[in-house]
Amino acid sequence: MNQDSPALAATGADAETSGAGNGTVVLRAIDIAKQYGVTRALKGVNFEVRRGKVTVLFGENGAGKSTLMKILAGIEQPTRGRLELDGAPVVLRSPTDAVDRGISIIHQELNLCHNLSVRDNIFLGRELRTPRGGIDYARENQLTRKLLAWLEESITPETIVGDLRLGQQQIVEIARALSTDARILIMDEPTSALSAADVEVLFKVIHELTANGVAVVYISHHLEEALAIADYAVVFRDGVLVAEAEAADIDLPWVVGAMVGGDADYDFRSGPREYGEVRLSVENVSVVDPDGSGRMVVNDVSLQVRAGEVVCLYGLMGAGRTELVEALAGREPMASGRVRLDGVDVTRMSIAERISQGMGLVPEDRQRDGLVQMMSVGSNLSLASLLSTVKGWFLSGRRERANVESQIASVRIKAAGPSAPITSLSGGNQQKVVLGKMLLTGPSVLLLDEPTRGIDVGAKGEIYNLIFREASKGLAVLYVTSEIGEALAASHRIVVMAKGRVVREFDPATCTREDVMAASGESEPDQRAHPIGANE
Amino acid sequence: MSNAVQSQASNGSWSKRINLNALLIEGRALIALAIIIVTFSIMTPNFLQPDNLLIMTRHVAMNAILALGMLLVILNGGIDLSVGSTVGLSGVIAGYLLRGYDLPLTELIAYPPVWVVVLIACAAGMLIGYVNGILVSRFRVAPFIATLGMLYVARGFALLITNGETFTDLFGRPELGNTGFVSTLAGRPLGIPMPVWVMAAVAAAFSLLLTRTPFGRWLYATGSNSRAAELSGVPVKKVQTRIYILSGVCAGIVGVLLTADLPAATPRAGEFYELNAIAAVVIGGATLSGGRGTVRGTLIGAFVIGFLVDGLVLIGVSVFWQQVIKGAVIILAVALDQAQQRLQRRRGTARAQGSTPAPGPTSPSRPRHGEPAAQGSTR
Repeated sequence: MNQDSPALAATGADAETSGAGNGTVVLRAIDIAKQYGVTRALKGVNFEVRRGKVTVLFGENGAGKSTLMKILAGIEQPTRGRLELDGAPVVLRSPTDAVDRGISIIHQELNLCHNLSVRDNIFLGRELRTPRGGIDYARENQLTRKLLAWLEESITPETIVGDLRLGQQQIVEIARALSTDARILIMDEPTSALSAADVEVLFKVIHELTANGVAVVYISHHLEEALAIADYAVVFRDGVLVAEAEAADIDLPWVVGAMVGGDADYDFRSGPREYGEVRLSVENVSVVDPDGSGRMVVNDVSLQVRAGEVVCLYGLMGAGRTELVEALAGREPMASGRVRLDGVDVTRMSIAERISQGMGLVPEDRQRDGLVQMMSVGSNLSLASLLSTVKGWFLSGRRERANVESQIASVRIKAAGPSAPITSLSGGNQQKVVLGKMLLTGPSVLLLDEPTRGIDVGAKGEIYNLIFREASKGLAVLYVTSEIGEALAASHRIVVMAKGRVVREFDPATCTREDVMAASGESEPDQRAHPIGANE
Repeated sequence: MSNAVQSQASNGSWSKRINLNALLIEGRALIALAIIIVTFSIMTPNFLQPDNLLIMTRHVAMNAILALGMLLVILNGGIDLSVGSTVGLSGVIAGYLLRGYDLPLTELIAYPPVWVVVLIACAAGMLIGYVNGILVSRFRVAPFIATLGMLYVARGFALLITNGETFTDLFGRPELGNTGFVSTLAGRPLGIPMPVWVMAAVAAAFSLLLTRTPFGRWLYATGSNSRAAELSGVPVKKVQTRIYILSGVCAGIVGVLLTADLPAATPRAGEFYELNAIAAVVIGGATLSGGRGTVRGTLIGAFVIGFLVDGLVLIGVSVFWQQVIKGAVIILAVALDQAQQRLQRRRGTARAQGSTPAPGPTSPSRPRHGEPAAQGSTR
């Protein structure tokens, strides 16, 4: 399917001799295939990593990107095909093997010990020793400080990782990969929890790395962001490398077109509409920082959502959006204020009571808060609505099965069946399970926290289609997003939060991207210098 | 990550087909049981004699009832160390009430009828369980600590009530209307010992509870991921409190049965029973981290432990070696289970990806901790 681009075909073999030869191929994957059971995740892919260049992989979940990266990092062995490092055949038997040869990977999931400090995490497993055999904390601290300064993060090396917000933890993960002095650095969704300012810093670091001859392989569902950093773009679809090009020659529609094999529909609103009565009414709600800093993470917020309306809550990481929706769902206590659902005061209700009253939350972290990993797709779907399937003392298997099967069809979950393990689904389908679970409770207000984080373009579209479909039936939707493109394309109203307060509201039909970002504080240059603004 | 839970959590509802994994996991315990039976019956003909079988199943039944209560707690990711002491306390309370209870401020002595005695003794177990449950769910005391504390508290009360003595006069007197404690509870309706009937009843009830009721599903869900369960509206704290109550009731029942069986109420009864119960649950394929385990597996686990211990006694292995062998069997069972889990996870992942239209290469295999970024670089 793919052909070596002519400019590079000539230089591949003599990579070793070219000291300054940025653009020469350092790592080449030839005809790589990977089979899981009967599924062919990769169907014979040729792929090249070039010295001093950023190669970006595009593709939906399940297209084979991550599988290929796992093979390049020695985590998985290919079923067929071979790897060449600096022109010589190489077999990567384990991740350690790969790291020894200068290949490092930043995983999509964070792999940090929450009980240890930033420094201890960065040097975990390869601690620096003093001559006497103890750990050389002084040198470790010094190096950690250097790495963090490079990443423009003002955390001290002794900070416990568990005390950091998610974005900062991701930066620690990046710092750890940087500390291995890899010459090939694979980044699988490194920015999923980063603020726009952090992403800028990461890109600056990537530019410095590539200037020093490091080859970077980059995967992100943030298409625009990934395109901005790319030197080369390759697109995967169904285990095949379907297109590749120099980034200078292509644009976003090209990428999206290659990914989905056609043009994607980016607007989900079906024209102007009359909304119904107010379903969710938030009145002067404040929430104190659950981590005990005493700060108000949500400060005197009031807003209303009407039946049929999809409201987007936009803001930077740490603007208080997650805290607000979690307080609305009943997970975190509110310091003050009132929440009314269809006129009923639910302020003092438990999570379960709010769900039966008609308010459900699709949480931000699918794995941690959304799914019961040991259960099947069907059991996950029916978990929140079990009581409605009780007949006498016992669950009615028939009713439950009917509910689950109709919901699988309704939200279009791609699974082997209701009894398939939940862990066998792709991220997008797992998200549909969480969404379908809450929809089964028959909500009148649905809260969604970053409903499309870490899932591919096709599934994003499906999720928004679902949300708007349910809204057209009278559901009131309030969702959190950090993607400005989504906020503009997939909402009836944008509410911008910054530093715990609602700062402005926009009509997405009339406002510009710049307006919204400016209101959130994203484009103010001094935000970065004062982390309080961008942090929790 | 398909495993026994799938069968428990979903079989009851739609998947009638036999879950091969569950069969394999429980199969190993069954194979162990078969080996134990065959080995001992070759070594001593007495092993399979009806008399011996009756004695052994009575021992098994007591441990199995405790283990079933323990199973609920372990499914939640907790542990109940207090059950042994609760056995002692409930037995002592039963003995105390049968001997007559001095009503305060009067000259009267109350002789409650047997069914009241049994109820009060079981209620004592329930109370201990309730305290455990409240400590764990409301006060967020770690289950190990809360129940360790109650282990001492319950044992202390048992000693206080009897002043360290043993009550042996449990037969009651016809003129007082409190006879029948020993004859009923240590009897053999239809030739089968009472504890075995009780075990069967508890097993049937818990099996229904786990597979056919919302409570059971909630329990598996909280054991696997309590955060997700809570956000789905599962009353996580209520579930947690109730399983400790049920475990306490099971211990109360065993206390009564054991007292009738001896027949004597001794404050030291039931010491270390909690450890046998935990062993039965884990041999039966449950994980201590919660979310996985079955009634069937736990019963088999109890039989393995009981037959092994009694068989060793029967062939005359020294008490000291019995301990060593029992310990080794427990470790072996769990180690094998872990190995099989790993194998199945690998196969299950492959199969799951093979059967799903859109396999997410990112989803099932979470990279093991610390690799590869944490690995040493040679540069």
